[in-house]
Amino acid sequence: MMPMENPLLIIKDLHVSYKTDDGVIYAINGLDLVLNKGETLGLVGETGAGKTTTALSILKLLPERIGSIDSGTIQFHDERLDNAPEAKMRLIRGSQISMIFQDPMTCLNPVLTIGDQIAEVLESHCPPGTKAAEIQRKVDEIMTMVGLPPDRKEEYPHQFSGGMKQRVDIAIALACEPELLLADEPTTALDVTIQAQVLDLMRGLKDKLGTSMLLITHDLGVVAETCDRVAIIYAGEIIETGEVDDIFYLEDHHPYTKGLFGSIPSMNEKMKRLNPIAGLMPDPSIKYVGCPFADRCPHKMAICETQKPQPVVTNGHMIKCHLFSSKPAGDNK
Amino acid sequence: MFKFILKRLLLMIPVIIGISFVIFAIVSLTPGDPAQLILGADADPVLLQAKREEFGLNDNFFMRYIKYITGVFRGDFGKSYRTGLPVLGELLLRLPHTTIIALGGIGLSVVVGVPLGMISAIKQYSFIDYFARTLALLLTAIPVFWLGLLMLLFFVLKLRWFPATGTGSWRNYVLPVVALAASATATQTRTTRSAMLEAIRQDYVRTARAKGISEPKIMFKHVLKNSILPVITIAGMNVGVQMGGTVVIENVFNIPGMGNMLINSVRVKDIPMIVSTIIMVAFFIGVMNLIVDIIYTFVDPRLKTQYVTVKKKKDQPLIPAQEKI
Ligand SMILES: Nc1ncnc2c1ncn2[C@@H]1O[C@H](COP(=O)(O)OP(=O)(O)OP(=O)(O)O)[C@@H](O)[C@H]1O
Ligand SMILES: [Mg+2]
Repeated sequence: MMPMENPLLIIKDLHVSYKTDDGVIYAINGLDLVLNKGETLGLVGETGAGKTTTALSILKLLPERIGSIDSGTIQFHDERLDNAPEAKMRLIRGSQISMIFQDPMTCLNPVLTIGDQIAEVLESHCPPGTKAAEIQRKVDEIMTMVGLPPDRKEEYPHQFSGGMKQRVDIAIALACEPELLLADEPTTALDVTIQAQVLDLMRGLKDKLGTSMLLITHDLGVVAETCDRVAIIYAGEIIETGEVDDIFYLEDHHPYTKGLFGSIPSMNEKMKRLNPIAGLMPDPSIKYVGCPFADRCPHKMAICETQKPQPVVTNGHMIKCHLFSSKPAGDNK
Repeated sequence: MFKFILKRLLLMIPVIIGISFVIFAIVSLTPGDPAQLILGADADPVLLQAKREEFGLNDNFFMRYIKYITGVFRGDFGKSYRTGLPVLGELLLRLPHTTIIALGGIGLSVVVGVPLGMISAIKQYSFIDYFARTLALLLTAIPVFWLGLLMLLFFVLKLRWFPATGTGSWRNYVLPVVALAASATATQTRTTRSAMLEAIRQDYVRTARAKGISEPKIMFKHVLKNSILPVITIAGMNVGVQMGGTVVIENVFNIPGMGNMLINSVRVKDIPMIVSTIIMVAFFIGVMNLIVDIIYTFVDPRLKTQYVTVKKKKDQPLIPAQEKI
């Protein structure tokens, strides 16, 4: 496991909202997250929890005029990203931080060749005066690395299969050997065998390039195999984080995590998917008081409705729940 | 590609036959005798009868049509009732004027409308966006003949910047082209704007931003290339609209083009002239549409495969990724 004292990305008390025609959607509500160098952090949560929004906030790619960071800080190395000017973000995007998007099918430009779309990211970040031949050589190299035949670089996205497009997305994301990779459900659109291939590929590349990764996923099997640490996100905040073993094998959990993982910690093949939990997330257009999970929680107490739980940390395992606020989390039994 | 072009050209034949038949039928079967119209209301009946015989008007309608259309496919468009001269020569004399005005109008509408629409989309909700949208609305609302007359009054009669009539120099064409381009510019602006806005919202633009590509490059390379298809479509459709507009504008500015001649021919029911002009216009529009379709295949690689037989590459299996690392 990675030492905790080497943070690459620190998000503190992040608030993000979308201002739509129908009103304001509070997507991220006080999210705290730390990602260490060389680490893979799994970000797990049900749909609409704010996983994609978190990743987009880091790159400041929230939809223009609609999405905005309202408060909080995002620190990458020693630099603040949340208030960085666009020109600086442009230099960081694709070279130091890159993203694999949730839907690989629509992420490639239909009228540009695959090779061109990979070359483009290299061109934007390589030192001026780099020769075209040098870039083409790199394109070939990166295509080979992700398992695509380089002689197909003159082809267009519609001539590629879904799995191949996913590989192109990965190639684009990794072309400049970024320090941080934001992978938003990189395998959900793929069938199981390709999924395994792509994950193997990403793991291998990560080991080779030393990239840190924020891996957004629904798949607990993927989490168990790929991640060093896990963060559980609910209604725009992290309600539990810990090392993979903490999440899978410790007794103490946030009731939401327990619900999600079902019969965990005895993780067997049948329970790879997240468990559905009765009820819905709170309406994101209303700023809630108290614990966002209160309405669905089997252990609801009076305090849950009125007061926000504070994080309780035991040996690096953080839980944000009133059940653990009163006593140290380890003493629960 | 060659096969595709040939096929499309051959397909134009039934279209031309259809159009010419309908027009021929309309002008022949509606009341009004060309001989009478040409010789005048109180013409000598003997002369009238001779004229009718000369034009072949005494024959059966279908016989006349078949005679005419077979002539057309041999390159003989008949003789004008009005002048007695071969129709083709007359048409070819007038075609350049109309072509200049119509293509000039299209060109101007593209040159002005596309950049305006682009800026409008890139700077959505800015002053220039509102300006462009208001201008577009205005230009669509103004009828072409009224705009032409207004320009004639102002630029020719008042300011005397341009000659009123004639075709001697390029200055004669400026006002007709501008007047004709007005409404086409409006549609072009609006189409470009909405196509760009549509493309900007696509996921691949976000991907491009995530790569750290500069904003101008994203707009010109990623967005424009994807929104160019509807822009070309509209330009192609405008060709038809422009050809209709030339009829009006040539009369306003008294330009001896096909539109001008068409009006004169309709007045005296000069059947070969009318039908031949229409055939020419239909052919012109058909060719322009063909050009548009060919341009499509260059812009959108997904369409190319429909027309061009891409040389087949043998399917290569993916290299197992793991071993390559
Ligand atoms: N462009 C947008 N406009 C308005 N609301 C949005 C927009 N994008 C996301 N949201 C809202 O923000 C909240 C978080 O969405 P987000 O896409 O981050 O969820 P997610 O965790 O990635 O879900 P999924 O697992 O389905 O991808 C949701 O309530 C969603 O409805
Ligand atoms: Mg998402």
